[in-house]
Amino acid sequence: MWSFSHIANELHEWLSSIFNPTWTLVIEMVLAGVAVIGLFAGLGLVLVLMERRVAAWIQIRLGPNRVGPQGLLQSLADTLKLIVKEGLTPNGADKLLFNIAPFIAMIVAMLLMAPIAFAKDFQLWDMNIGVLYVSAVSSIMVISILMAGWSSNNKYSLMGAMRSGAQIVSYELSAGLSILTIVVLTGSLQISDIIHSQATGWWIFKGHLPVWIAFVTFIIAVTAETNRAPFDLAEAESELTAGFHTEYSGMKFALFFLAEYINVFIVCAIGATLFLGGWMPFHIGNLTDFNRVMDYIPSSIWFFGKTFFMIFLIMWFRWTFPRLRIDQLLNLEWKYLLPISMINLLLATAMAILGWHF
Amino acid sequence: MLNEALKNKITGLLPTATFEEGGEWLNIQIDPKDWLPFAQQLRNDSDLNFDYLFCLTCIDWKTHLTMVYHLSSTTHRHNIVIKAKLDRDKPEIETVSHIWRTADFHEREVYEMFGVHFLNHPDLRLLILPDGWEGKNPLRKDFEDPINMIKL
Amino acid sequence: MFEEVGTTTEGDIIINVGPQHPATHGVLHLVITLNGETIKKVEPHLGFIHRSIEKMCESLTYRQFIYVTSRMDYLSSHINNHACALCVEKGLQVEVPPRAQVIRVLMDELTRIASHELWWGAMAMDLGAFTPFFHAFRERESINDIMEETCGARLTMNYMVPGGVMQDLHPDFQKRVKEFLQLYKRKIHEYDELVTGNIIFQNRMKGIGYLSPEDAVSYGCSGPAARGSGVSCDIRKVYPYEIYDKLEFDEVLETAGDSFARYMIRLREMQQSIRIIEQLIDNIPDGDFQAKTKAVLKLPKGEFYQRVETARGELGVYIVSEGGTTPYRIKFRSPGFSNLSVLDHIARGSKLGDLVAMMGTLDLVIPDIDR
Repeated sequence: MWSFSHIANELHEWLSSIFNPTWTLVIEMVLAGVAVIGLFAGLGLVLVLMERRVAAWIQIRLGPNRVGPQGLLQSLADTLKLIVKEGLTPNGADKLLFNIAPFIAMIVAMLLMAPIAFAKDFQLWDMNIGVLYVSAVSSIMVISILMAGWSSNNKYSLMGAMRSGAQIVSYELSAGLSILTIVVLTGSLQISDIIHSQATGWWIFKGHLPVWIAFVTFIIAVTAETNRAPFDLAEAESELTAGFHTEYSGMKFALFFLAEYINVFIVCAIGATLFLGGWMPFHIGNLTDFNRVMDYIPSSIWFFGKTFFMIFLIMWFRWTFPRLRIDQLLNLEWKYLLPISMINLLLATAMAILGWHF
Repeated sequence: MLNEALKNKITGLLPTATFEEGGEWLNIQIDPKDWLPFAQQLRNDSDLNFDYLFCLTCIDWKTHLTMVYHLSSTTHRHNIVIKAKLDRDKPEIETVSHIWRTADFHEREVYEMFGVHFLNHPDLRLLILPDGWEGKNPLRKDFEDPINMIKL
Repeated sequence: MFEEVGTTTEGDIIINVGPQHPATHGVLHLVITLNGETIKKVEPHLGFIHRSIEKMCESLTYRQFIYVTSRMDYLSSHINNHACALCVEKGLQVEVPPRAQVIRVLMDELTRIASHELWWGAMAMDLGAFTPFFHAFRERESINDIMEETCGARLTMNYMVPGGVMQDLHPDFQKRVKEFLQLYKRKIHEYDELVTGNIIFQNRMKGIGYLSPEDAVSYGCSGPAARGSGVSCDIRKVYPYEIYDKLEFDEVLETAGDSFARYMIRLREMQQSIRIIEQLIDNIPDGDFQAKTKAVLKLPKGEFYQRVETARGELGVYIVSEGGTTPYRIKFRSPGFSNLSVLDHIARGSKLGDLVAMMGTLDLVIPDIDR
């Protein structure tokens, strides 16, 4: 069957037949890097366009529809505009930190691409601590925001950065605990193991109550972690003008922008992998005919379908809810989400030991 | 309270007050020196209870300035107008911003537009005009600005 | 004015909100002293759009000056014009024909709805919800279309003249207004579903920015800002003008005094405006739309004051006449100016995010404050 793993294997064999193993590895790494960067840029463009179209659809208007067919080239044109724009550095800014911050944001987003299984056997690095890696690396994101806010020498930026610091550090706990629920049920931190454990049914169906709670907590926590409305206090347009990236312009701003969307994609991909079975097709018990039809759909379609469904959910939140206040935001995490997810983890552990899941 | 009753009541409070006829509301002409105690009486007297200062402004009559206070009562629903004549060269009157808090902003506006000094005002600074306009009073009749003012 | 930057001696941050800031909806400049996220002091600096309309009016005739006032509170320009027209008529002692009176009230109430629609969208946007803005504009557009048909303009309508209105209603006016009423009734539930009932929104609004009735009166607040504290101050009820004493509508009052009360007042006020329009739309009397007045208007020597209820509160027009063709002195008591003065009082001790919500509920229109 046509699949990514098949292509990858063919490529590997072809390269091996020409070069020695070392050079094969080097070339494969370069190819993977190029692929990630290409995916990075492509996803950014697609997600920005998707956001604008979803927003337009919710807000009873048309959205971008002039550049290219159906406005599909709009984000390309915007990128071009941002590239040719001058990237200003304010006089009082800490120049080094100010210029490094957007790159750190982007590097973090790129690093997070590594363990994601885009399709069956199509994964850059299937490390044995995949889930831990994701939650560890994603916390570096806060450093870039703090750097940007601090070095801008702007009080709005500083306040945005401080809010963001408090917010990301707090919500990481709930996100981590809800991820742990699945790890407990699966017994592995490896992404491929987690996906294979869902061959008989996605965790959202198999795990019932604890997984549902974990799923809801996860969505709330990652929305907050990626600084999206209703948790966009770091940017808080109507309060802090643009929060931590007030002083950024041109491509440096675009990198923050891109990193935000890639982060959204990654957390949604993780969510889809953990709760919705990653690239696993949808199966119903013994309906073999139905299952065969489902198997026929390529695994990459399954993965991207689930991921984009979750992205759509997060966009829907953004265009519907008003923003929380900073104390309400922290109350929500420390007084509600964290206790709930801790109890939920106990529940999931008990369930895993007693074998109550399907 | 009707105008006639108000008039009697106010004559009792401040015998030096004079009344103007013909307006929609009772017009009371007072001496600026009497203003602060009189204002307190107007605010605190339970029959009068003028708790709502809905307009505070000044008129430049070229020979003198007149402070105009429009007062209303939210409980008795009666209105009066207080007028106080000020010297044009050295206009001074007691502030009432502690009696009616809204007077704070309105007095600052009158201060910059007419140059009236409100004694004991907590924060008498320019509010609307930018820095450097102290002493120039745009709403006075003799104010000239050849660049920005167009004569029709 | 700009020397207040940096930090205070106690280590509090001073930030400048505005004159260009998304939350001020105009060129308002607030100097805010912050302790962390908590507000210690708010100091408004005005005048960025000060055009000295009062001075301009001193050199304009009684027919001309009305149209400058459209530029004060541009969201209730009809009502501003109405106040000026009434004040001039008071001086001239002109009897306005019944048709003109009804047209004026209809236009006022449509303006009030349009203004509250815009406020609703902008208010939600202040709180970070962008979608309501577009939903609000959907209804507001149809009001603007009605205005455009009859008055020829969409924002500064300049429709009122001393003695009546400038021209007769467009023949489609009644039909279009009825269509609008239907549209409004079909869509109004969306407002509650999208914003009012939202738990985040309610948590952001309830108990925030408390204004006691005594303070509301003392600070000279009027309109929804004061009625949210339970102060009965609707000029249409208290000192009726035009035909408001013959109409059936309620003065909307809430007693909580917080941001949510002020929010609910405006939503419920729109319903009352709809009620007024429904009473009048089928009962527009025939006759003249304008009283016969002289070409050159001269007010007798004296002082004339007219209070009306705009969408933001009490607007007072104070004309001092020396008997000439132009006013000797004119004073606009604008609702926004007094409502703004209460901001420092209610904002102290709350969070920066709430300041934006409070400014939203006070419904500040900056040209109205600066004049």
